[in-house]
Amino acid sequence: MPFGQTSTGVTHCFALRLEDPGWSHWRPGQFVMVRHPSFGLELIWGRAFSISRLVSSGLSLFIQAQGRGSERLSAANPGDKVTVWGPLGNGFAIQDKRTLMLAGGVGIAPFLAYAENHPTPHKLELIFGHRLPLETYPFDNAKTLVPEMTVSSFHERSPEDLPVFLEMVDEAIMNHATSGLVLACGPTPFLRAVKQMAAKHGAMAQLSLENKMGCGVGACLGCVIKDTKGENVQVCSKGPVFWSHKIEL
Amino acid sequence: MASKTPTISDPRVSLPGLDLKNPIMTASGTFGYGLEYASFGKLEDLGAIVVKGLSLKPRAGNTMPRIAETPCGMLNAIGLQNIGVERFLEEKLPALPHDTTPVIANLYACDAAEFGELAAALAADERMGALEVNVSCPNVAAGGQAFGQDPKQAAAVTRAVKDAAGDKPVMVKLSPNVADITTVAKAVADAGADMLTCINTLLGMAVDLKTRRPRLANVVGGLSGPAIKPVALRCVWQVCQAVDIPVIGVGGISNATDVLEFILAGAHAVQIGTANFMRPDTVFSIVNELPILMNGYGVMTLDDLRGTLET
Ligand SMILES: Cc1cc2nc3c(=O)[nH]c(=O)nc-3n(C[C@H](O)[C@H](O)[C@H](O)COP(=O)(O)OP(=O)(O)OC[C@H]3O[C@@H](n4cnc5c(N)ncnc54)[C@H](O)[C@@H]3O)c2cc1C
Ligand SMILES: Cc1cc2nc3c(=O)[nH]c(=O)nc-3n(C[C@H](O)[C@H](O)[C@H](O)COP(=O)(O)O)c2cc1C
Ligand code: FES
Repeated sequence: MPFGQTSTGVTHCFALRLEDPGWSHWRPGQFVMVRHPSFGLELIWGRAFSISRLVSSGLSLFIQAQGRGSERLSAANPGDKVTVWGPLGNGFAIQDKRTLMLAGGVGIAPFLAYAENHPTPHKLELIFGHRLPLETYPFDNAKTLVPEMTVSSFHERSPEDLPVFLEMVDEAIMNHATSGLVLACGPTPFLRAVKQMAAKHGAMAQLSLENKMGCGVGACLGCVIKDTKGENVQVCSKGPVFWSHKIEL
Repeated sequence: MASKTPTISDPRVSLPGLDLKNPIMTASGTFGYGLEYASFGKLEDLGAIVVKGLSLKPRAGNTMPRIAETPCGMLNAIGLQNIGVERFLEEKLPALPHDTTPVIANLYACDAAEFGELAAALAADERMGALEVNVSCPNVAAGGQAFGQDPKQAAAVTRAVKDAAGDKPVMVKLSPNVADITTVAKAVADAGADMLTCINTLLGMAVDLKTRRPRLANVVGGLSGPAIKPVALRCVWQVCQAVDIPVIGVGGISNATDVLEFILAGAHAVQIGTANFMRPDTVFSIVNELPILMNGYGVMTLDDLRGTLET
């Protein structure tokens, strides 16, 4: 089932499609903050989601329901008015180089827009590691949107599978080390592993972080990480995409 | 031609040393240095901009995680991360519309002398509109209690800032984490504060049963947002009964109705904090809605409404 509402019981993923906000300047890897009216006064913060696709027919977000806000968004009805602000933060570098995209779970979301907007898509390779069944994610969509790119996936059925996946990632990073670019989005432990492997092989890598956001615009200082100078920087406005050698994770 | 009686409500408000086009200020720490929100509305439309708490030297703040969402509120233990007074004056202040909207610095230091030094540095800049003193620093000398909880120390800090501030108005921001907020309010007013800001955050805590750990690295943090509005309103009302200087109300205000409620309880002006996170254009939309709501209630000026609560 491509990129649709899929329920797996425990957590489920769904696509939220919104009207075209008419943004002329945005870059794949940027995100939006979203609130549904049902948040009311109870849920204070908007929720951050990567721009999954942005075309004239609308803005698509790909969301994994995992808590109070994403559950409420999953229960939204067609025609509901949500509050969205963006595009926020900075996006992934787009370079005319062999580019490896590493997606962990719902971290696949920004790579749809990335692949679709790349000038040399035949240089792209996507590796997708996932725990939920493959059809839960917009993976088919990636393949059909950009047929020129190379794609592969890995289903992590139990924790014992993880080292195998990481080995596959390690090898792919090594192959991109000399003149390529590595991009990663996914859970923090995954990004940490990618950061270490990139350092080991001397690969240029960018990571998209998912810290909790209060404001999304750089004002509350609640989402910070340390850069390698030891300074706290806001993930929402200085990121969410960082060069991996410039941050501590 | 017969002149028409004006029917448009006037939200202007006059404070010691400050004439504001409306009573809507931003609350320190929730609006960055102002520029973060410049794309969501016109900064010039705001009554005043209160910026993130400043210290003499830059501060890194507390370790992560330092924010947590709670029902109708949030906890923060940012730990006053800021770029320091020097960089603020050089990099941020020039970009703010200080000539049309007063910019108010929020000051944070750990002893009276340092407060004085900081106040002097800020007051020397003619672009500064006023100083707001945050007395929530836990003072180690006094056994880890915040200045704001001890009337004598709060008064000493107020005097130090007043002495250094020249003709800049000084407001002191009170903590609700005390048995009787009016005792501190009176001590600070007697020490020369021009205005009081009520309230700072309430001490709170959140835990995670799954990880069996506190949700904040600092364990405890400051609670803000709609959840604290009743406490803030009570504090504003009590303090307005106790002192003669203007009170700026803050705590859980998220719309124009909330604003008028605080004015009714006695506040001269208000600050909007956590509600800015709920929607980044909140403070601007409140500015727009306020005169319309005043009109709806037949309130021509805020002076007409202020403190008219019947109890
Ligand atoms: C820049 C950015 C881009 C993102 N893009 C996507 C995306 O495209 N699709 C998507 O599904 N999610 C994305 N996320 C994560 C998403 O923001 C969170 O899943 C969401 O905020 C959780 O909100 P909730 O109310 O459902 O969960 P809550 O009820 O607030 O919390 C429930 C659980 O979710 C975890 N959680 C809360 N916030 C986050 C977070 N920011 N990241 C990871 N886990 C979190 C909590 O620790 C908790 O265990 C992104 C986050 C960031 C910062
Ligand atoms: C993230 C955050 C940072 C804050 N930083 C400061 C600060 O630097 N100085 C200060 O005096 N108050 C600070 N406050 C307190 C607010 O200015 C305000 O008093 C409090 O949040 C209550 O108002 P609200 O409920 O409208 O947010 C901060 C609050 C939050 C949520
Ligand atoms: S979310 Fe507020 S500073 Fe990043």
